[in-house]
Amino acid sequence: MKLNKVFWGIVAPLAAIATSLLFVSGILLLKGNPPYETLKTMVDYGFTPRNIVAELNIASSYYIAGVAAAIGFKMLLFNIGIDGQYRMAVFFAAVVGGAVTLPPILHVTLIIIVGAVVGGLWGSIAGYLKVKRGISEVISNIMLNVIAGGLVAFLLQPGRLGEQADGSNNLNTPILATSGWMPTIKFLDGEIHSFVIVSVFIGIGFWVLLNKSVFGFNLRSTGMSFRAARAGGVNAPRMIFITMALSGGIAGLTGMGTLLSETHSYSISFPAGYALTGLALALLGRNHPVGIAFAAYFWAFLDRSAGVLDLNGVPREIITIMQGTIVLSIVVAYELIKRINQKQEQRLVGSAGNEQIAAPKVESEKNS
Amino acid sequence: MSLLTKEKLKKSVSSPSRIAIIVAVVLVVASIVRRITGADDITSAGATGATLRFTVPLLMAGLGGLWAERSGVINIGLEGMMIAGTWIGAWFGFLHGPLVGFICAAIGGALIGLFHGLLVVKIGIDQAVSGLAINLLALGAARYLSSIYFAPNGGDISLSPQVKQPGVFSIPGLSSFLIDLNAKNIIVISDAAGIIGGFVTEISYATVLLFLLVPISTWVLWRTRFGLRLRFCGENPVAAESLGVKVFRTRYIALAISGMFASLGGAYLCMVSASVYREGQTAGRGFIGLATVIFGNWRPTGVLAGSFLFGFTDALRVRQSTSVHAILLVIVILGLLFAMWKFFQRNYKVFGISALSSLIVGVIFLKVPKIPDEFVTFFPNLATILVLVLLAQKLRPPAMLAVPFREREEGH
Repeated sequence: MKLNKVFWGIVAPLAAIATSLLFVSGILLLKGNPPYETLKTMVDYGFTPRNIVAELNIASSYYIAGVAAAIGFKMLLFNIGIDGQYRMAVFFAAVVGGAVTLPPILHVTLIIIVGAVVGGLWGSIAGYLKVKRGISEVISNIMLNVIAGGLVAFLLQPGRLGEQADGSNNLNTPILATSGWMPTIKFLDGEIHSFVIVSVFIGIGFWVLLNKSVFGFNLRSTGMSFRAARAGGVNAPRMIFITMALSGGIAGLTGMGTLLSETHSYSISFPAGYALTGLALALLGRNHPVGIAFAAYFWAFLDRSAGVLDLNGVPREIITIMQGTIVLSIVVAYELIKRINQKQEQRLVGSAGNEQIAAPKVESEKNS
Repeated sequence: MSLLTKEKLKKSVSSPSRIAIIVAVVLVVASIVRRITGADDITSAGATGATLRFTVPLLMAGLGGLWAERSGVINIGLEGMMIAGTWIGAWFGFLHGPLVGFICAAIGGALIGLFHGLLVVKIGIDQAVSGLAINLLALGAARYLSSIYFAPNGGDISLSPQVKQPGVFSIPGLSSFLIDLNAKNIIVISDAAGIIGGFVTEISYATVLLFLLVPISTWVLWRTRFGLRLRFCGENPVAAESLGVKVFRTRYIALAISGMFASLGGAYLCMVSASVYREGQTAGRGFIGLATVIFGNWRPTGVLAGSFLFGFTDALRVRQSTSVHAILLVIVILGLLFAMWKFFQRNYKVFGISALSSLIVGVIFLKVPKIPDEFVTFFPNLATILVLVLLAQKLRPPAMLAVPFREREEGH
């Protein structure tokens, strides 16, 4: 069984990527672009040293968003609010960080903590609504994303918390004092954010929390079966609330690498759409820290290497289509595998003369 | 909440005379506020016309969401279906005129709805994942196709060539009469004339036809056998199946209609609200459509009311931002009247809450000279969250909304 799971866990994502490659090739052919050459230019461009560094930096943000989504998924929570949580967090972290001057390490720590706390608080709103009011976290988070975007845009106006550089349209928060900067590491042809290391630790922390702690055990068991967890003495509503806050807190760290090592201030040009990316990566990586890491790099690679497409007369949106197809194919693949497994187990149980239906059901839930 | 007050509530919603009283009170208050603040736009014919143009896309998205959710499937892909509608509508409208544009958008939307159905009904993947993926795909596809089709025809990657708008009409006599009356500035009467005038002046045929979908939806969903079965699938698919309802087929149809409506809303955006496809034109309206479903308590008339409210604020923001500020005063007065009414009913809790919140809004009205646009932009979202928090007990969503359901094996 174990081998089977690992096997499908690797084959399914690859099959999904292959499907979407086929699909995209078809689209390219329709427009008269040679698929093989186009994809080859992309891959070549994506693996130039300068781009590898940029991809690692982007991937670290994606990875954190992916972990945030995965924590939610473990609890059957669909945290589509990562966008809002990240935006509130990075904005307020930039504002607080820009307002104070502290010794270097303390300053950076403060900024990171503010980010995590703000993200966590914003995430816990949806958790509260779900637990106390029974409101689906999908709906409340969609609404909260828009509200977060509006609030930040409002506060970013000059005269409130933001400022506008002379002769520029870009609004941003005050630049952080250098004590609040995180160093970059020279690598290949560029500079890697040192926050990449933090994101590795977030991944390790996620794994330890999930697999080696009582909290993680409770979380996984509540995610598998509410009633069983309750019978085992787990306070399920409380777990939902904490998970939502935790997921939001991690989502709050998503933009930190960019803030601390690159821009040193929040501006309206901070990218949107981390919720979708995070959820896609968690699905692609099967909520596993290592799987998400591969998926995050792959996603960043796609985003980055799309830059060469426009030069070759191919619209770069082909990448968005590809990402969408990958998400769909992977989810469909997992669903089909689950279905087949269930059937096999039922047949096994049937041939053993055991009529209990409950046993294979539990088994298959574990495998999914 | 006691049974008695619930009974009262039901009465107050359904009784036409109460609705008439409420409309009259709102009208009088709006009229007075217009005098005090000089925000002429809150009751002008122009504002009503703009409100209509902003309402219809939300309404179509909302009705689309309603059809899907009543059958038990949540449709987060509304936004993507709207994007598809704007693109298809603009391209075929550009080639063959608005009518063909609308028809093609309807067909395209229905196909995307069926695709959502294939994924969540037949295969059974997570409904939110499918919806989000559809949003992502529609976004990418629209830009990709724009670069192929719009760019050589005088548009570019984010803009279509000009599209011809469908025809408009005014009701002869009545329209000019009401506009004149509106200009005379008689209290209440002029305001009523202005609002009604907006409904009969330069109305697009598309607006009328799409508005008809509200009574049609109500009739089909609540007065036909098919509608009963569809709602049955949303409330209890297992029981529905055991009574011989084809749950999968019903949900497929519901999702096709859902996609069709959302896509029509998108086509309306690019052909009536504007005369061109622009990237990002939908601006999250699909999600606001989802909000109106909640806001309207999963009923077509409720969706209509929600769309009007959100469309109205949107229209005022675009036309004359000072009007939004004046609306605050309307809210204060209405809130205080409501509080008084509750006070006489001896419902002190509701009285306290509404009086306090009216006073807070009143302080905001006096202290803040202009409501920031950002707040108006997320007003629908905030309002929906508040409704969910305050009225969660009174909302009646379909019982098995978004719960996975498999047909029995023997059924195949």
